[in-house]
Amino acid sequence: MFGIIARNLLKGSRSEAVSEPGDRAVQDLLAKLHAAARRRLGRSLAIRQVDAGSCNACELEIQALSNPLYDLERLGLSFVASPRHADVLLVTGPVTANMREGLLKTWEATPDPKWVVALGQCAIDGHLFADSYAVVGGVSQVLPVDLVIPGCPPRPADILAGLLALIEAEGRPQAGVAASTAGADKG
Amino acid sequence: MTVDRISLTDFLAALGTPAARHEPWPRFELSVEGWTGLRDRLAAVPAWSLLGLWGETGMVHLALRDDTDGDIAVASLTCPQQSFPSLSGVRPAAKRLERAIQDLTGLAADGLDDPRPWLDHDRWRLRHPLAAVPGAPLGEPAPYPFLPSDGEGLHQIPVGPVHAGIIEPGHFRFTCQGETVVRLEERLGYVHKGVERLMKGRLPEEAARLAGRLSGDSSVAHTLAFCLAVEAALGVTAPRRAQLVRAVMAELERIANHVNDIGAIANDGGFAFLLAECAVLREQVMRTNERCFGHRFLMDRVVPGGIAVDLKQEGRQALADLLPVFAKRFRKLVSIYDAKSSLLDRTVGTGVVSSDLAHRFGAGGYVGRASSRGLDARRMPGYAPYDELDFQVPVLPEGDVNARVWIRIREVEQSLDLIAQILKRLESGPGRAFLPESHAVSEGMALVEGFRGEILAWVRISDGGRIERAHSRDPSWFQWPLLEAAIEGNIVADFPLCNKSFNCSYSGHDL
Ligand code: SF4
Repeated sequence: MFGIIARNLLKGSRSEAVSEPGDRAVQDLLAKLHAAARRRLGRSLAIRQVDAGSCNACELEIQALSNPLYDLERLGLSFVASPRHADVLLVTGPVTANMREGLLKTWEATPDPKWVVALGQCAIDGHLFADSYAVVGGVSQVLPVDLVIPGCPPRPADILAGLLALIEAEGRPQAGVAASTAGADKG
Repeated sequence: MTVDRISLTDFLAALGTPAARHEPWPRFELSVEGWTGLRDRLAAVPAWSLLGLWGETGMVHLALRDDTDGDIAVASLTCPQQSFPSLSGVRPAAKRLERAIQDLTGLAADGLDDPRPWLDHDRWRLRHPLAAVPGAPLGEPAPYPFLPSDGEGLHQIPVGPVHAGIIEPGHFRFTCQGETVVRLEERLGYVHKGVERLMKGRLPEEAARLAGRLSGDSSVAHTLAFCLAVEAALGVTAPRRAQLVRAVMAELERIANHVNDIGAIANDGGFAFLLAECAVLREQVMRTNERCFGHRFLMDRVVPGGIAVDLKQEGRQALADLLPVFAKRFRKLVSIYDAKSSLLDRTVGTGVVSSDLAHRFGAGGYVGRASSRGLDARRMPGYAPYDELDFQVPVLPEGDVNARVWIRIREVEQSLDLIAQILKRLESGPGRAFLPESHAVSEGMALVEGFRGEILAWVRISDGGRIERAHSRDPSWFQWPLLEAAIEGNIVADFPLCNKSFNCSYSGHDL
């Protein structure tokens, strides 16, 4: 283990050190996101993820952002456990009828100003589940949505681009503004 | 043949009439007397394990396997009285399945000792969505009555449905005495999306996309199970090349999930180093998936009749790049896990599931295999191409978190080896067979080994070639109840560790 740690120290950060096609794009995104976060936020951005009925693949891609290859936290974006500490609610899933209340309560517990990001096709419009008796529909059926990140699921790079767009477009979120979505910015 | 030695199929054949087209195993329609006779027989023959229990309009189906000889059959009961005798007394895992049947079909399980709804939280637009005539919702949802617990100094801790981490929603109700968990009660159903009803009336190709989103981490396994069931019903076999490529996808999925779990379990044991290292390995698999098949989760790559995306030279190269590097790095991480006594201190002896319980609940996957229940659908009943491949099914007796980690470790090693074997066999050929037109109602069933364990899929296809009824039983149905047992007597602080070592699916269970 110390061998691995020593090697990691010598070789420098693992973040996007692997050379594969597409990595350049991810690196660019990370750099841009870092600059934007510093410029626009001035401090860290706290994200609370809420699964409102997803199939779990969207969650796994959000989790992947914490792996050493993306390492979102070093950009000042962190995932927090409580909605009370959150600036952003990152919502996945076609809101199920059984999760509607949980989602609403989480939103209410999040202090203003706050952003809502609908992540994944389900959260945007209910996707394949839209017609179900058990599904309310996209997040915008329940909450004002500031940004959508399309994909089924969106890849980590898509999520990074979405978060960058959020920071670039809005700066700090405004209290009480039920902002319309940023459209289908392919993130 | 004495009555004691009679096979499962023969026993059911003597009780009922065979359904016209049900492949590859028979289905028998029983009378109520036949059903209760079967129930009594199940009490006497523990080796006849529950594979699935599901309902449809006016009817219930029970899939069983004799774990000693692999004999598989389905028993069905038509319910003109809108009820059926409960099997929960002889197969405890039937309890939640019956509660779900009641919620979805309106059929009542007679003798079921838990009257509470399970998936239906009284929030849906209608009641009994799979009944002939669904009803209106009851109205204001009543608070869910958790089981009472009386005793000196007991307190309760409610957790969820929205959890602190980036995970799926569900509710856990802990009853504790000081730090020790006296009882855990789960409440699930929060992510019920009504998939089975959505599948109704769809073409198999459309329904397969839904199957691939029952539990996103098991997209390949669920889609494969669904497609094999469809292919069985329609009497078509995917071409050999498709079978092999499907298996590559399935093993990549297994590796990605297992390695992720190993890291996450270590992290909950206070060792973040392995989480970071394992997450990198997982990410490399996901990127390889994308290079090979154009999707990180391989969604919609398995289709009825075969595969939608074939493995090309670029993909073979991606696998050749990945496999040796992965194997070497993984070996290193395993030796670190094995040598880290402070971590083993957390995982050894924690969250024990007894072999008896694993057998009684018919638990599969790493949960079953870490508790001596050594079944694997790739072996029994088996399906192509695994019958021609060489692999071991690891089994351990301890039943603790550590054993569940080791089963995963061994399975990753086996999967890496399986992919190498498959690639050697890969010859050019078609990737997809045309589905024949359907002229008669037909039914099919399949068992597939996902990373969590056995997935059962069942379909009935109409004479017009559309899905009349489809059912998928995620392995988590038989594992969630064991998590309740595993945590008993452990301290609350060990729950995340136990929970992660199970990693049950919410979405796959809630459907
Ligand atoms: S968008 Fe796709 S991946 Fe995300 S929850 Fe929906 S089905 Fe799953």
